[in-house]
Amino acid sequence: MMKFKTFFAFVAPSVFMMVLFIALPLVSVFIQSFQITQPVMQQMEVETCTPGFITQTCVTEVKTIPTIGEDGKVITTTEWVGFESYRNVLQMDKVWDAVASGNVKDILQIDFWKALRFTLMFTLLTLPLVIGVGLLIALTVNNAAKAVRGPVIFISLLPFIITPVIGSLSIYWLFVGDGILTAMMERWTGTNISMFAQAWTIELLMYFYRVWHVAPFAFVIFYAGLQTVNMDTLESAVIDGASRWERLRHVIIPHLMPLIVFIALIHLMDCYRVFEEIIGFRSQAHVISLQWLTFDFLTPDDAGNRAIARASASAMLTMIGIVFLLILPLRRTWRDHKGSAH
Amino acid sequence: MSTSRAMRQSFALRFSSSAFLIFWVVIASFPILWITVMSFKSPVDAFADNPLDVIMGPNTLSRGDGLSVIDIVLGLAVIFFTLRWMFTRLPGWIDSYSPAGLKVLGWVVGAAVYAIAFLVVFFGILPLILEPLNSILGPLGEPFLGLTTQHYVAVWGENEFYRNFGNSMLVTAGVVTISLTVGTLAGYGLARSGSDLAFWLLILALIFRALPHSVLVAGYLPWFINSAEILRPIFGDVSPTLYGQPWAVIAVLVAINQPFTIWMLRSFFQNIPAELDEAARVDGCSHFQAFRRVIMPVMWPGVITTGLFSFLLGYNDFLVTSLLLDAQNQTMVPAIAGYFNRETTTTDQVEAVAAAVSITAPLFLLVMVFQRQIVSGLTAGAVKG
Repeated sequence: MMKFKTFFAFVAPSVFMMVLFIALPLVSVFIQSFQITQPVMQQMEVETCTPGFITQTCVTEVKTIPTIGEDGKVITTTEWVGFESYRNVLQMDKVWDAVASGNVKDILQIDFWKALRFTLMFTLLTLPLVIGVGLLIALTVNNAAKAVRGPVIFISLLPFIITPVIGSLSIYWLFVGDGILTAMMERWTGTNISMFAQAWTIELLMYFYRVWHVAPFAFVIFYAGLQTVNMDTLESAVIDGASRWERLRHVIIPHLMPLIVFIALIHLMDCYRVFEEIIGFRSQAHVISLQWLTFDFLTPDDAGNRAIARASASAMLTMIGIVFLLILPLRRTWRDHKGSAH
Repeated sequence: MSTSRAMRQSFALRFSSSAFLIFWVVIASFPILWITVMSFKSPVDAFADNPLDVIMGPNTLSRGDGLSVIDIVLGLAVIFFTLRWMFTRLPGWIDSYSPAGLKVLGWVVGAAVYAIAFLVVFFGILPLILEPLNSILGPLGEPFLGLTTQHYVAVWGENEFYRNFGNSMLVTAGVVTISLTVGTLAGYGLARSGSDLAFWLLILALIFRALPHSVLVAGYLPWFINSAEILRPIFGDVSPTLYGQPWAVIAVLVAINQPFTIWMLRSFFQNIPAELDEAARVDGCSHFQAFRRVIMPVMWPGVITTGLFSFLLGYNDFLVTSLLLDAQNQTMVPAIAGYFNRETTTTDQVEAVAAAVSITAPLFLLVMVFQRQIVSGLTAGAVKG
């Protein structure tokens, strides 16, 4: 066992990095979400002159312009505004209006709720697909001749390793406009298809992309797990007359259960921050996610301003989801830890 | 499995199993393969309705860019031997030429020399040989497959994509070296300490791993933009504006990557028996000496694997680099978003495709060389739980 001082010396650089660039920014975001920083505006009489026919025509008007400080920069003030940024993001008044008028669907017109709906649905729908497809690939590869396994693993790793933005772009290009696959579907159905004109087709492609991208990860882990299935158990199951399906259900899947939990946890964490698909499919007009919403607030608008306060509020709201996401696995880990320590 | 009689499978099952596998292999490779083909065609061919037109490229051919049978055979032969010798001969050459103790440097130099030699042979010498060959051989020398490299020339030449490539390399190299240095120490400490504190640190790291990166960037931005003024009382006039600085992005990506790195390295260190460093300690080494003399020589497989994943994080990142770097020192992946904005003509679109393929090519090589390490890295975390 290590002494505390030695342990501390080993982990200190890493802890320092995490505190400085993860923990402190979190605190900062929390504080920023209750503040608004704005340029100090002042009213000024401005005379604008335009050349006229005989004399100049001059107009004097009162304009509101940002105050420039001595160093040539815009002077800003920071005010505490309580929950205003949260209200701006959540737009609860519109939500209640929608509920009161009975048009509950109108809630999904508001950016935050639209993003929340997509993020949750995306996370929950792709989870079983990734695990199912990953397991299917693992079983078939395990069934294949030894010589083809290496090449199949090589090809399977490509969608996993590819840059997410590029991966979604590569699928986007197959379908955009009269892309090769859209043209094919049009030939089959005889109708005009446009995959990027409505939300649901874009979402369908996003689900496809995510499964394509993550299933290899599940596959590799399941494949490693399948190598350690106890052959004796499997053979005695055969002797007991268990069918192939029963063997899968009662021997193989229970053996892989810890791996399924692991993949589910990683997948939930990664899927909840879905973002790159929105960029790659250029879907911001139709489909957005929570992380994209924060990203959009942080991107400078045409005037070069970033909506830091609203970004912080939407970031804090996103964090609530993480708490729900992690509460179950963390309780489990804590129980295991207490169980193993005593 | 096939040895046991009880496990023997019916023909239908074997058939559907292989059919699914072929189906998956096609799905997995098709999008990447297709954009690679597209990137070598003229815009009319790249976005043609008919798949055969995209593959054969009649329009590209009619514009005078095409390959003959001889071109293809010789070109493929050069590529084949380049890849083959990369695995069979290159390691031997590097071993014999690099001075002892500088093997890592030897690999870097060797790989660079090898890549340059390939480029010289493929783009310099090969066309010189092929030109007379094509004119002698008649029908075999007649171009039939449309193929053009004009989009790559445009992307890397006119659009100066090499600048973005350089920035990407700078950021990823920084991320990999620093995260591994910091992470290896922490991973070793965590693996060898059974204290509650170590447990809580790992749990905290797990929570940090789940954070969306945009949340963190929202925390950095106001500080990074105003850092020159905030730091002035401490550093005086040399205090930098962190916004737009590649090394600030490196620090951020290292921190974001730390949770994953320490979890992974910890599980690798747990596989190294603790008796090894205990023996060294009995011989009078301190913990640091034991780490340096006994653990470091045996830890390389784990470090290489973790390094690969750090590389991927830095290389693939879009969100952090696009928000914290400005246009002058943009990395490759956010730079491709620049193509969306001016994607007005189909030529621009195919150039974007060529840029995308350029970003993917190094990753393809990476999987080729390090397939085993990537697989072991993926399973290391899972098997340990």
